[in-house]
Amino acid sequence: MIALCDVNNFYVSCERVFNPALHNRPVIVLSNNDGCAVARSNEAKRLGIKMGQPLFEIKNLVKKHAVIVLSSNYALYGDMSQRVDSIISCYSDQIENYSIDESFIRFYGFEHLDLTEHCQILRKQILQWLGLPVCVGIAPSKTLAKVANHYAKKYKGYNGVLKLDEESRIQKALHQLPVNEVWGVGRQLTQQLNMIGIFTALQLRDSDLKTMRKRFSVVLEKTIMELRGISCIDFDAEPKNKQQIICSRSFGEHITEIGLLKQAIAYHTARACVTLREQKSLARNITIVIRTSFYKDPQQKYGKSISIQLPYPTDDTSQFLQAAMLGLERIFKKGYNYKKAGIVLNDISDSRFVQTDIFTPNSNTNHQVMSIMDQINNRFGKGTLINAQQGFGKQWQMKSEIKSPAYTTSIDEVIRVFN
Amino acid sequence: MPVYNCTSFDYSVIMSKVTIIKPRNSSIELPLYSTKVPAGFPSPAEDYLGDTIDLNNYLIHNHESAFFAKVEGDSMIDAGIYPGDLVVIDRSVSAKDGHIVIAAIDNEFTIKRLSTKDGIRLIPENKNYKEIVLNGETELIIWGVVTGLVRKF
Repeated sequence: MIALCDVNNFYVSCERVFNPALHNRPVIVLSNNDGCAVARSNEAKRLGIKMGQPLFEIKNLVKKHAVIVLSSNYALYGDMSQRVDSIISCYSDQIENYSIDESFIRFYGFEHLDLTEHCQILRKQILQWLGLPVCVGIAPSKTLAKVANHYAKKYKGYNGVLKLDEESRIQKALHQLPVNEVWGVGRQLTQQLNMIGIFTALQLRDSDLKTMRKRFSVVLEKTIMELRGISCIDFDAEPKNKQQIICSRSFGEHITEIGLLKQAIAYHTARACVTLREQKSLARNITIVIRTSFYKDPQQKYGKSISIQLPYPTDDTSQFLQAAMLGLERIFKKGYNYKKAGIVLNDISDSRFVQTDIFTPNSNTNHQVMSIMDQINNRFGKGTLINAQQGFGKQWQMKSEIKSPAYTTSIDEVIRVFN
Repeated sequence: MPVYNCTSFDYSVIMSKVTIIKPRNSSIELPLYSTKVPAGFPSPAEDYLGDTIDLNNYLIHNHESAFFAKVEGDSMIDAGIYPGDLVVIDRSVSAKDGHIVIAAIDNEFTIKRLSTKDGIRLIPENKNYKEIVLNGETELIIWGVVTGLVRKF
């Protein structure tokens, strides 16, 4: 059996643990740069605030109902997420941390246990130890575990844990579930399925496998199998190395000068290279992307990217910086208000098995420099040593104006207790 | 999300032996000396080089359920808890009569001794303050049990 455990309204729930004033009030947390609502309390959902809705669209709603608006606080969410994962790992030896607030748990050889009860204990422990409410769905496959989790959240009577393994219950659950709620069925696919008369998850499950594979894809075939209780989506207990590293962010204010753009690009390049070295990989290709805001009129809109292939795979920040600066100069156009910049590292390989040739320069010296730089930044904090291209100003940094303190990771920002 | 790994230095580059673990189990361990003895007798203390003192381990039982808070008031001075102190809270401990707890009342955190005899009461350890008797109207959340205290001079 496979369980999906996730924290309800994770970001908002984290904020509520450390700020009792947020209880029973509508609360939303904004994306990077304070743009859109990325987490909503149930009260905020009831007001009709949608996932991903830009703040300017809901300004009136926020005012009228005194919605509490917060910037995202990733230091807090990251720390709480690690604590959740750590507690879950006491309940099974096979855990896949799927995202910051969701984990799949495989119960293999747990037949002697009542899994509903087992997961109730897990749920209670996370609630007491961390103050976070979680829901758990248990089923024979990942896709069905998602369905079970959906209902565990929806109906209070389940007390946050639902096991779906009897055919009659599965049938009932799938019958009531619109097909677009099935894991892996997106908006476009939903439209196509609706056109051939499939509206519920049950109809999808009971459709003809061969026809569906021909008409759609092997991926959808897998989904159907999963809905039938046959597990076919891999369980990744080990996090895989990234095949692509993306670092990008919007700016707090518009940027017009190339100098500031260069600093931002240099910053993202350096960050990506740290990730690259952490997973002991090399990359050979860097793509630079810059663009103006989406909400501007077409005449002021500009966006361009450029991809640069290096002669050899490397993990050397300075080589990528050189390429990135050249690329940026190539695509930069004067007279635009830039809102976002980022880079992507591609063509990633394992540094242990790299193919070299007679002309490959010996990069050992730079490798040592990078490795010492990483060590110093690990010890004395991020940004202790930086490449000068990143600059020392913060003009291009994100907006996060209403961020809560780092309650759990900074001793100066812990909660205060009064008389 | 920052990921902190256990990192050990490359000894060939930096001579001193340093291990860094950040930040939850954060400890910087500094062995008393490095064992570079080129000739002569080996150090008699070598066999005794063992663990280093780790205050995190001393103060914290469960890293997952441990939180810190800063004390801002003087209502607990008779229990030896002063303004500016850092208290350790273990949320894995279930609150019982007599425990010092962090409670949330009226949207604020407070530190008091919990009494469950004669109804639920929060008792200050300072004569200048009155105890808080819970009636039906105020909502009380016992946030966690205080299990330790850190003070620097």
